[in-house]
Amino acid sequence: MAADLQRLAGAIEAVVGRARAAGLDFFEMRYELCPPDVLYTFGAYGMPTRFSHWSFGKAYYLLKSQANLGLTKIYELVINSDPCYAFLLESNSLLENTLVAAHVVAHADFFKHNWRFQRTNRRMLHAMSAFAERVRGYEARLGRDTVERFLDAALAVAEQIDPFPGPRSEPGRDLPLFLMERAPDLADWQRDILAGLREEALYFRPQMETKILNEGWATFWHARIMREMDLPPAEALEFARLHATVVAPHPQHLNPYRLGYHLLESIEARYGREQLFEVRAVETDLSLVRNYLTPELCEELNLYVYAQKGGQWQVASTGWTAVRDTLLRQLENCGLPYIYAEDDNYRQQGELYLRHGYDGIELDVTHLTHTLQHVHHIWRRPVHLETVQGGQRTLYTCNGEKVTSRVL
Amino acid sequence: MPETPFLISREDWSLHRQGQMDQERHQARIREAIRANLAEVVSDEAIIASDGRKVVRLPIKVLKEYRFRLDWQKQSRVGEGDGPVREGQPVGPGRKAQEAAGAGGPGEEPGEDWFETDLSVEELEEMLFADLSLPHLEPKQDPQLTAPHHEWRDVRRQGIYANVDKRRTLMEAIKRNRLAGRPPLAGIRREDLRFRTWDEAETPQANAVMIVMMDTSGSMGAGEKYIARSLCFWMVRFLRTRYAQVKLHFVAHTTEAKEMDEESFFTKGESGGTRCSSAYEYALRLIDQQYPPDRHNLYAFHFSDGDNLVSDNPRAVTLMRQLLQRCALVGYGQIETQPQYTAMPYYQPNTLLNLFRQEIDHPRFVTAVIQGRSDIYGALRAFFPPAGARERGTG
Repeated sequence: MAADLQRLAGAIEAVVGRARAAGLDFFEMRYELCPPDVLYTFGAYGMPTRFSHWSFGKAYYLLKSQANLGLTKIYELVINSDPCYAFLLESNSLLENTLVAAHVVAHADFFKHNWRFQRTNRRMLHAMSAFAERVRGYEARLGRDTVERFLDAALAVAEQIDPFPGPRSEPGRDLPLFLMERAPDLADWQRDILAGLREEALYFRPQMETKILNEGWATFWHARIMREMDLPPAEALEFARLHATVVAPHPQHLNPYRLGYHLLESIEARYGREQLFEVRAVETDLSLVRNYLTPELCEELNLYVYAQKGGQWQVASTGWTAVRDTLLRQLENCGLPYIYAEDDNYRQQGELYLRHGYDGIELDVTHLTHTLQHVHHIWRRPVHLETVQGGQRTLYTCNGEKVTSRVL
Repeated sequence: MPETPFLISREDWSLHRQGQMDQERHQARIREAIRANLAEVVSDEAIIASDGRKVVRLPIKVLKEYRFRLDWQKQSRVGEGDGPVREGQPVGPGRKAQEAAGAGGPGEEPGEDWFETDLSVEELEEMLFADLSLPHLEPKQDPQLTAPHHEWRDVRRQGIYANVDKRRTLMEAIKRNRLAGRPPLAGIRREDLRFRTWDEAETPQANAVMIVMMDTSGSMGAGEKYIARSLCFWMVRFLRTRYAQVKLHFVAHTTEAKEMDEESFFTKGESGGTRCSSAYEYALRLIDQQYPPDRHNLYAFHFSDGDNLVSDNPRAVTLMRQLLQRCALVGYGQIETQPQYTAMPYYQPNTLLNLFRQEIDHPRFVTAVIQGRSDIYGALRAFFPPAGARERGTG
């Protein structure tokens, strides 16, 4: 093994030893070193073996640009899988990668033990690879443009899954499933694409629901482990600087690393380490905030609610109740609207009727218009969406070309 | 310490191109989207002001990944400060709250409303001019304006091997062998070799002269001038793809015509009435003095808001007809950003456009109505219509 790889392996050995000693438990780890472009690719796609699509190309480009501006220098990517794959930037220093290894091993523990991940497919890398292969086959057989058009449409609805699929779920809650099963004249390849994208959405959903908790857990442990490593002063300083960057407040949105880290520190201080391990297993972001965000933490972290007033964004409140309630609303359903498929034979003409579960926040109309056109591409007959717009119950209809609306 | 088996490796990633390839696909999609939205892109200030600078950065409002999304713009959200905050304190420059939704699985970039892309003006031109054409092109060549040109004229016994004239070489070989009584292709010798060589010749080049006339009276405001300027920008660039040289003349007029430089033409304004015949007269004089039509490809364009002194109309039509006798193409663009009915009470509803359309029926005369920036592309297509789609004016 190359010398630098040897040194890193040694550092990882030390890190992992301490992690286990503290009680972390994870599937067998596979660390992969890669050049920056490759890591940005994996970051953009979320997985090393995903199908090709221009939207990933866009994400890749943006990640690279941000990195070139020095905004995301350390990058880590760890996959929820068994064995657990972790990707490290080969251009990182030994210290940086040691920190990353500590961070990553805690993620691995989180994936293995948090309840939301219990039913995820630990061999998803293979499933995605097989799906990507099939998509390539369809492209070769039917032409790239045709398949891309359908991918665009399916991607528009794929995230509207039921996060708890099973016999007791509401019918119509899972839009891709509804379309797969009921859309008239779907070709096999189209059904396959819907199914594949639905599986991916189901796989990633728990990660969306636990961003704060997961990053908090990983940051908590990289801090604990690195401090135990007895680093020489220069490295200790470098680590302190890196850690500070990770938990720095972000000017415009909440930094999940910061919020999660401080929440967990607070929990350990108040309830002890055993409770901390319990928390990482039984909570999600929503319940974590509901159960453990205190007024003291709000103040310590300078959290506030902001809103538009007279065309300008400004701080509306720093009160704990307001902060907590607003945050909970943001986190609910991962910030997505509830969309229900109500009828596959509306007006007795096979038209699709969707309903937005309106609870106070209206839909973005531009997105709605384009997405409805995508749904039409799949359904091939008129598609309707009932929602509330401008305070009034409104029905949007797409007949293939235009999207019209009328007040109900 | 308990055993902690793990694997660590470093693969050869040199062939890994997925991100790169999909990024290229994304760029291709952007270009398709631009092509579909040319009308919007064409009038973009960044381009018009670029003076043809190599690369222009354009914000393209396309290619968002559309999903069912909540409109967070009107909602309150939670932020964090690096120090204590007070109620009423302003919060950072408005990034749309939409983006910080916290939703977003892997593969989703931090939300953006638009995507910036670098586009060279050449690429944009290529898209814009792809199906434009120059009708009635009988390119006239000016013997005084020439460019060097290679002519393959001579065949010699000396030359470089790359230029061997195989046919002639074989002919020589056959001749020589025959004379010696041998079968025709018995052998090829060095003395058989023949080479093509070139001479430098000067060939006459086609050039164009473009006379742009514009009503610069009070009714043509900054917006109207910008439209004329944008259209001019693309017309000149288009002509430059067809002609070695394009000479420009800018003739501003109110009741009198005056030639000026490009910058003043598009910025200066005056007050007073409008007699557009003054501009046509100036153009005709210019042509007769400097540009004999048999040696120059002449293009004349007039922009105005359609208002003309009624007494001047007959003369305008007459002079316009004379211009048409000399020019390859004459275009009239009426820029009306205000609907007519809001004009002054004494305003005559008859505009130049109506006048010309009634009085002039000539294959080389084109008209266009431009009501806003989005009509600029349409006007371009009216003046230089796609081959086979010769329409007489549009609006």
